Amino acid sequence: MDDLLQEFIAETRETLEALSGEIVAWEAHPADKARLDAIFRFVHTVKGSCGFLDLPRLGRLSHAAEDVLAQVREGNRAPDRALVNAVLAVVDRIGELVEAIESGTGLDDSGDELLIAALEEGAEEITQATGPVGMRAPARSVRLNVDLLDRMMSGMSDMVLARNELARRLRQGEVDPTIEAALERLSLTVGEMRDTVTRTRMQKIDALFSALPRMVRDTAAGLGKSVMLQVEGSDVELDREMIEVMRDPLVHIIRNSIDHGIEPPGERRAGGKRENGRLSVSARQSGNQIIIEIADDGRGIDTERLIQKLVANGRDESQLRRLSSRARLDLVFEPGLSSKDVVSSVSGRGVGMDIVRAAIEQIGGRIELDSTPGKGLRIAIHVPLTLSIISTIVVGVGGQRFAIPRQSIEEIVTERGEAIRVDEIGGSPVATVRERRMPLIHLSDMLGLPSGASRDEGRQMLAIVSVSEGSYALAVETVLDNEELVIKPASPAVMSTGLYAGQTLPDSGLPMLLLDCAGMAKVAGLDFSRGEQIFEDEEEVEEAHGLPALLFRDLDGVRRAVPLAAVDRVEQVDAANVRFAAGRFRVTIDDRILPLAAHGDLEGLERINVLRLKDGTNEVSYAIDEAADIVVLPEEIAPAREPGPIAGVVLVDGEQIELVDMLWVFDEHAEREVEDSPPLCLISGDNDGWMASFVKPLLEASGYRVALKLAAGETPAVVLSSEESFTGGALAPVVRLRRKRAAGGSGDDSVYRYDRAGLLSALEARVSGKAGR
Amino acid sequence: MSHLYLIAQIAGRAVAIDSEQVESVVDIGEVTAVPCASSHVRGLAALRSRVVTVVDTQSALGMAGGSNARRAVITHVEGHHYAMLVDALDDVAPFELLPLASGVALDPAWRNAGRGIVERDGEPILAIDLASLVPGHATVN
Repeated sequence: MDDLLQEFIAETRETLEALSGEIVAWEAHPADKARLDAIFRFVHTVKGSCGFLDLPRLGRLSHAAEDVLAQVREGNRAPDRALVNAVLAVVDRIGELVEAIESGTGLDDSGDELLIAALEEGAEEITQATGPVGMRAPARSVRLNVDLLDRMMSGMSDMVLARNELARRLRQGEVDPTIEAALERLSLTVGEMRDTVTRTRMQKIDALFSALPRMVRDTAAGLGKSVMLQVEGSDVELDREMIEVMRDPLVHIIRNSIDHGIEPPGERRAGGKRENGRLSVSARQSGNQIIIEIADDGRGIDTERLIQKLVANGRDESQLRRLSSRARLDLVFEPGLSSKDVVSSVSGRGVGMDIVRAAIEQIGGRIELDSTPGKGLRIAIHVPLTLSIISTIVVGVGGQRFAIPRQSIEEIVTERGEAIRVDEIGGSPVATVRERRMPLIHLSDMLGLPSGASRDEGRQMLAIVSVSEGSYALAVETVLDNEELVIKPASPAVMSTGLYAGQTLPDSGLPMLLLDCAGMAKVAGLDFSRGEQIFEDEEEVEEAHGLPALLFRDLDGVRRAVPLAAVDRVEQVDAANVRFAAGRFRVTIDDRILPLAAHGDLEGLERINVLRLKDGTNEVSYAIDEAADIVVLPEEIAPAREPGPIAGVVLVDGEQIELVDMLWVFDEHAEREVEDSPPLCLISGDNDGWMASFVKPLLEASGYRVALKLAAGETPAVVLSSEESFTGGALAPVVRLRRKRAAGGSGDDSVYRYDRAGLLSALEARVSGKAGR
Repeated sequence: MSHLYLIAQIAGRAVAIDSEQVESVVDIGEVTAVPCASSHVRGLAALRSRVVTVVDTQSALGMAGGSNARRAVITHVEGHHYAMLVDALDDVAPFELLPLASGVALDPAWRNAGRGIVERDGEPILAIDLASLVPGHATVN
């Protein structure tokens, strides 16, 4: 708030200074409309700010003056001498009050009513009798115009470059150590200066955020909604100019969120959400960019309605329908989609999201959407930290160097790397990086430079570049460096190529061009709207149909399939290693005993092929006749009629194949998992040894560690007691066993001693209850 | 009214350049090419800590470019600095700008750049506007 107040004081003081001439002129020509307007605007602004800043006294004065001036503007009152004087007196008093607020001194308010009364029609002319104004408090901030700051910045940039040049020249010959020391000192100072100057250009994003709570409240109230705002990261710093550019887009996005995103309370209640909508605005610095995120928990973007609207505007519906979900979401940025058709007091100002995006891209930023229908929308705005000093990656191609903004590079991979492929599809190069297919631009082709040997040998580097529409790979010969560069705009003759974003003079003293990643995509004619859809669909196809499975002949001669992901390996074991022991077939592999599942007869076989199936920690073996093939299962599975070892039937090359149900196999055959630290169950009051001999094995098989006596420092997770009156429950929850089948009454929570299932579930409930506490 | 003019040689011809358009005259060093830019743009050069766009004036006048001139006239057009390559510099002297003799049809490229003539010892020299040779500004005026 202090900042706002300072701002208000500075602004008011400035306007008053500018206004003093107007006031004098108005005094001479009270009928002068332009002068009147200027004064009216001033009191109006003051009034508006006062309401916000809670300055009732100033508010009252400015309000009264505004009323009178409005009457004059409408022609209801003549600006006679008395009125002019009264207004001027009020303006003067506003000035005095502002000074008083700044210096923190009080100002007698007895005159205020008099001044307001003097504004009334027919009031007596007042005489200016202002007392001496208190000393101005020493100013703690000054206002500069942007032009001056810009000049300072560019002067600073020149200085950095001059220093680099000097350093380079000096390095060419023998240097006197004293000169080197002086240069060192100069470098240090210049570096510090650059930081300082950069900071003069930076401002806390609070300047943008501080007005939001009020705006959100008013906007929501106007729409009969209630919205909780959460603001984070107000102390992040941003280029002042960018703060100005961001102001309108941010306001627009927030209003949209409240108006279109967050539903009315009734609808929210029906949808099982809190009645209060939630909106969070946060800023954070991430590397060389600032990410401003606006998230709401409203209904998200209705892409269906977007399409309908665009179709109504004459767009080709089938084309829109073919778009990928992400491309559909981006339709919100299409021009002509302003929310004008939904007239409300808030939106419908004719500013569409296309303008928002244009504004953000203009400062070198990009905007990302993440919408979950019914759950909310998250908008992330990425903006570069400063416009003039950019962190870049320097690449080489055709013997020349170019800089690429680091911000737009996702990663750099070598063409030779694993999981990287470069192909040509229909004459255009395509790169596949870890399953992700994207268009490829050879920088040498793009710039018409000779391509080096590295291209033929497949030794190029691929920079994965992300632009707002999508990503592409940029093939370069070498990646040289990582440099912070002072970027300046290039001349129109250079910019008109559409390939460059600016020029710079690095330490080498040779000018270098900064590549414009979005521009190159455009010049190369990459069509992401179509391209992305194709690529995404392909991915989807792979994913949807992409369940690879192992086809095998089972012991009973039936061909079955099992998901490949579950198969650890296929192994051959000696039949002698298979034993029917402890109620099931088990096989010895690698000195371990594994449960063996089989679908048929194991008798008479000498060697058995075994699938080793793994699911995290569980391992089960499955005897088969022989493995046949690896196939990709279709999406459609005809489910089995009842749960069992077969999940269903799938069609593989026209043949019906049974799919083994992995869940069932593991559930049925896996050894009961032994936890790393099994809960400790203390058996208490076991006088006849019954529990130790009968209950203990049951408990251990169910994953408990059982003790008859506590070791020092141990705490049981649960106590099992057969004594009806056991009360040592301070240690842990207690499960009591009773000897009778019937419960002793409604308060009796004991368990019948032969009720295995009841006992286990009671233990489990107590243990987890304890953990939950 | 006489005015200070710079007499230079471009494409083997003498031209007069208004000294108000001239910031300095330099010998440029290494030039960084700007791929894909118009052929009039020779590239970028560093001039102290400043980067200037080097303009191949010969090419801008519609003649085969590629002169290996290193001398350039630095001019400032709409916030950007350009180094206009010239073959040689002859003179700096005050001249009076005279209108082109009526009926004289200049070569189209020269016509675009021509602003009038100055007379040096009776020899008419075409006065040109450097800004009109700057790619991207050529259409102005």
